[in-house]
Amino acid sequence: MSTPLHNPPLLAVRDLCVEFATRKGPVTAVRSVNLQVAKGETLGIVGESGSGKSVTSYAVMRILDRAGRIVSGGIEFGGMQLHDAPEDMMSDLRGREISMIFQNPRAALNPIRTVGKQIEDVLIRHAQATHDQAKAKAIEALEKVRIRDAARRYHAYPFELSGGMCQRVVIAIALACKPQLLIADEPTTGLDVTTQKAVMELVRELTRSEGMSTLLITHDLGLAGEYCDRIVVMEKGEVVEQQDTAKLFTFPAHPYTRRLIRSTPHAAATIRDLLPDDLRLPLPSAMTVSSEPLLEVSNLVKEFDPPGGLLQRLKKRTPYRAVAGISFSVARGESVGLVGESGCGKSTTSAMVMRLLDATAGSIRFKGQELTAVSAAAFARSPLRRELQMVFQDPHESLNPRATAAQSIADPLIRLEGMSNGAEIRARVEALATQVGLQHELLDRLPHQLSGGQKARVGIARAISTKPELLILDEPTAALDVSVQAVVLNLLADLKAEFGMSYLFVSHDLEVVRLLCDRVIVMRAGCIVEEGQAARVLSAPQADYTRELLAAIPRPAHLPGHAAPVVEAVRA
Amino acid sequence: MTDTVMNPSMAAAASRSSSWSRGFAHFRYVMTSNPVTFLAFVMLAAMIAVAVFGPSLVPHDPLATAADKALKPPTWQHWFGTDQLGRDVFSRVVVATRLDLLISVSAVALSFVCGALMGACAGYWGGWFDKLSGRLLDTIMAFPLFVLAMGIVAAAGNTIQNIVIATAIINLPFYARVARAEVSIRRNAGYVQAARLSGNSELRILIMKILPNTLPPMMVQLSLNMGWAILNAAGLSFIGLGVRPPTAEWGIMVAEGANYIVSGEWWLALFPGAALMLAVFTFNLLGDGLRDLVDPQRRT
Amino acid sequence: MDQLAIIFARVLQAIPTLIGIVIVTFLLTRALPGDPAAYFAGASATPESIAEIRAKLGLDQPLPVQFLKYVQDLGSGNLGQSVSTGQPVATELLKRLPASLELTLTALLLSVAVAIPLGVLAAVRQDSWIDQLCRFVVTAGVSLPTFFTGLLLVYVFYFLLGVAPAPLGRLDLMHITPPQVTGFLVFDSLIAREWSTAWSALKQLLLPSITLALFTLAPIARMTRAAMLQALSSEYLRTARAAGLSRGRVLMVYAFRNALLPVVTTLGMVFSFTLGANVLVEKVFAWPGIGSFAIEALVVSDYAAVQGFVLSMAVLFVLLNLVIDTLYTLIDPRVQVDG
Repeated sequence: MSTPLHNPPLLAVRDLCVEFATRKGPVTAVRSVNLQVAKGETLGIVGESGSGKSVTSYAVMRILDRAGRIVSGGIEFGGMQLHDAPEDMMSDLRGREISMIFQNPRAALNPIRTVGKQIEDVLIRHAQATHDQAKAKAIEALEKVRIRDAARRYHAYPFELSGGMCQRVVIAIALACKPQLLIADEPTTGLDVTTQKAVMELVRELTRSEGMSTLLITHDLGLAGEYCDRIVVMEKGEVVEQQDTAKLFTFPAHPYTRRLIRSTPHAAATIRDLLPDDLRLPLPSAMTVSSEPLLEVSNLVKEFDPPGGLLQRLKKRTPYRAVAGISFSVARGESVGLVGESGCGKSTTSAMVMRLLDATAGSIRFKGQELTAVSAAAFARSPLRRELQMVFQDPHESLNPRATAAQSIADPLIRLEGMSNGAEIRARVEALATQVGLQHELLDRLPHQLSGGQKARVGIARAISTKPELLILDEPTAALDVSVQAVVLNLLADLKAEFGMSYLFVSHDLEVVRLLCDRVIVMRAGCIVEEGQAARVLSAPQADYTRELLAAIPRPAHLPGHAAPVVEAVRA
Repeated sequence: MTDTVMNPSMAAAASRSSSWSRGFAHFRYVMTSNPVTFLAFVMLAAMIAVAVFGPSLVPHDPLATAADKALKPPTWQHWFGTDQLGRDVFSRVVVATRLDLLISVSAVALSFVCGALMGACAGYWGGWFDKLSGRLLDTIMAFPLFVLAMGIVAAAGNTIQNIVIATAIINLPFYARVARAEVSIRRNAGYVQAARLSGNSELRILIMKILPNTLPPMMVQLSLNMGWAILNAAGLSFIGLGVRPPTAEWGIMVAEGANYIVSGEWWLALFPGAALMLAVFTFNLLGDGLRDLVDPQRRT
Repeated sequence: MDQLAIIFARVLQAIPTLIGIVIVTFLLTRALPGDPAAYFAGASATPESIAEIRAKLGLDQPLPVQFLKYVQDLGSGNLGQSVSTGQPVATELLKRLPASLELTLTALLLSVAVAIPLGVLAAVRQDSWIDQLCRFVVTAGVSLPTFFTGLLLVYVFYFLLGVAPAPLGRLDLMHITPPQVTGFLVFDSLIAREWSTAWSALKQLLLPSITLALFTLAPIARMTRAAMLQALSSEYLRTARAAGLSRGRVLMVYAFRNALLPVVTTLGMVFSFTLGANVLVEKVFAWPGIGSFAIEALVVSDYAAVQGFVLSMAVLFVLLNLVIDTLYTLIDPRVQVDG
């Protein structure tokens, strides 16, 4: 503990236990949690899903769900006891002394109330402004969070603002009364990487200038490393380690912390570095990348009709160009990363290559054959269908809720390979399960009975079942915890070597792309902004946008690999 | 990465028989976890039993009139009393169960099948079919529904078949709307795209993958609608459409009894009305239970 | 300005609906089996007189021509002649419309006044007695046949307890109708300062409107409760709580106003049910509205009357929906103009 003894902490949580009442009996979400936040300090709580980090902050604010309650322990804030304070006292404290911002900013704002009025509500409630002054103060608050044209935006509704602007409004509401403590619960999840950086910088600046303390809750260790003075690591409802940031990264004490640090792609030089020591097998020997292109895309264009009906079309709105004429190729045995922020067209491109979507114009040649000759609807019957497969982003949505894991994996075997013998199918399914590391007894479970990582494995097993030559991976690990991500990425690397597949890896996460891909293509607004060997693009980018993307990645000073990631030639 | 060695054919056989026993275990689980569902199923079973066996077990002939025994209050010989023509109200109420259930079940089945198909195709393929069916549904829903049913039966002729058809038509939009919404939500879901990649044809995807997943919300709709269809049919008979005397049907019995309630002979209208209420109530309670039965996510 | 454009677009959208209604009403009577000429001619008509009547009604013309004539007639307000009363259908309907409106509007007012607070309280105090009451009311309410509830109420309050008047229509036998100003008897008697008439009219109105109100109570309460529950568990409400806003403000401004949106949408469906249930209630209470007019017309196979009834109810419904849509547009800023 490095809190100076002469300064009592602003917030002190002692032995906190929180329970939730469920149908199966009470479940302990948080157990014996101890932490302190000093004045002016930024404390980060880092953990994966189920760690109890959000529940702890909800308990501090006393906004737990109906089913949750503080069983034991104490919460002290500025000398006041919060854990058993009456509701009207808490209501006074919230917004005025302690504020909170959440993830998913647009949903966090009242959709039918102007943003200006929402800020005013808080100001008037905590007597920071009278009714006449409220509007002026609200506009001031909007200007403080760098919203341009604040006087006009005062009248705006949340649906008229972008995600980043909504988050700024949420911050404005939270900081309107200049609280002493700001709790930020995953404030950057769901935002683009460049917007994330802007939001975090804003929060840091505003809280530093007012001497505010911050409690930052995140699953991203890198983010915590860059913005926090001290870090608390939580696992399964308990605090496993608490340290100054520098010490945590250089001398992590607890094995879980070590595993977390290890799983963060930023620090890794090769993909094996993501795994804990005991699970590391030698890297597979590098595949020779053939010079012959497997996939050639030329001048691919996709236009969508403008939304709205007859009236819009009568106004002659131009169609929306999601992909504006791009060309690239993927060689046999190569792993190509397709990178960009949301709306850049990467998912549309991958859908067109997979023949799930028809292109408006352009050509896609696969093994010398023109794919656009067959329509998307008819492609299911083409013999080439089995050569092109995809691993989807959201493991929860990509499995049929009514089919067991075995049935989901067997589907392409039955449809594309024409297998019909039940026993043979079962044998193949089990072999695939072994290859992706899925226990056989899980095969007869339904998706809702499997964890996120297990569902991801099922999705991968299904995709490789027909031994495709080209596998598109659409953000396959975005929805997974970092430690699970580490394992799945390594699995993908091993499978690629074993089957000799080519990968088109679509992602917004440059660090993951660096570890898994030979070449990188950067997209923005439907166009290719830069492309080249991964090592070169990610260490010496030529395009401004690429530089912007790279700069936006949180770089904790203490995490190895900070300056310029030295990339080894041998890659999975 | 464990390697469980298991004889493949044994595993296949085990999974087949286990899906039956799993289904039954799930049924038992749903019944025991929610007492309301259990009650609803018991009441449904009772109703079906009365409809099937009732007419052959009634103590008196539902159509037999006896002028001397008219308008007698409930006694041990006539549990529900007698009506204005001396007929036993209890027997009539029991016999009417079959007719009323038949009318509502046929109407609902008809509108469910047509509506769900229409909605599914509109939601999946969109295009001109969606627009056309949308217009048709809008036109149906532009009328106050009971009034439309009155109009249809008045125009087509005063028969029981026409009551069924009219009730089916006015119920159609509910199923079509729900089906369309549920199907279009799932149209580009991850597992549907994966099914396309696995070589399934569009039709196969719609029937085998999407429709089964839309069943849970449709089940609730179905059950609520059954109740409403019964009320509709009874309402139509109440105002003199469809069923003619001396047929025993709950709505017409209440209509006949209405004339006597002001003079205090309550039993003519009360018992058929109560039976009506009970039937509708059962179906309304059933809705959630049916959804739990059909929804895979409720299985533990 | 934007909102006016949206409202105007909605009005335009109602036009194809009206066209659809006219077509359907026409088809209902002409293209389906059944011979109107035979109805009009009567039971003892000869084939020649039937043919004569058919020609007079224009039924021997091809369908499109008949349709044009039908639309023409509608345009001039001619809904045909009622066989039972001998008056033009349009006159009869207009004469009886205020009675139905008085009944429906009173019932809606009653049910909204009870259902919305019930739904809100049930959502705010989950699992309390009021929540259980609400759930019971909702499940029982959607199971009740309107005509049966009406009869039960008459039996209990008129026959057993004697507090309600006989279900014989809008006024009891001792009072005469006041001079017509609005057509709503209660208001008209108050305007004419006939206090005992007003009281009598109110007493007669009570049971039928309560019967109808019980029917519409259930869906409104259910939707209010569900919408409030959803609003209370939403993320923007969490933000409001975390900002320390007062409980009253959070409930009323942040939760209730948002919950009203789906409730307003439900009102459309509720109106549909109400206009239908109206017919049944009018029969039970001998209420001289357009519903009972239609029932009488059905019994004597008065074709033009039934057709006119269906058409006018549908038009009324379209107008009501337009009002609801406009209301919704004014409340929800997210509504856009679309084709």
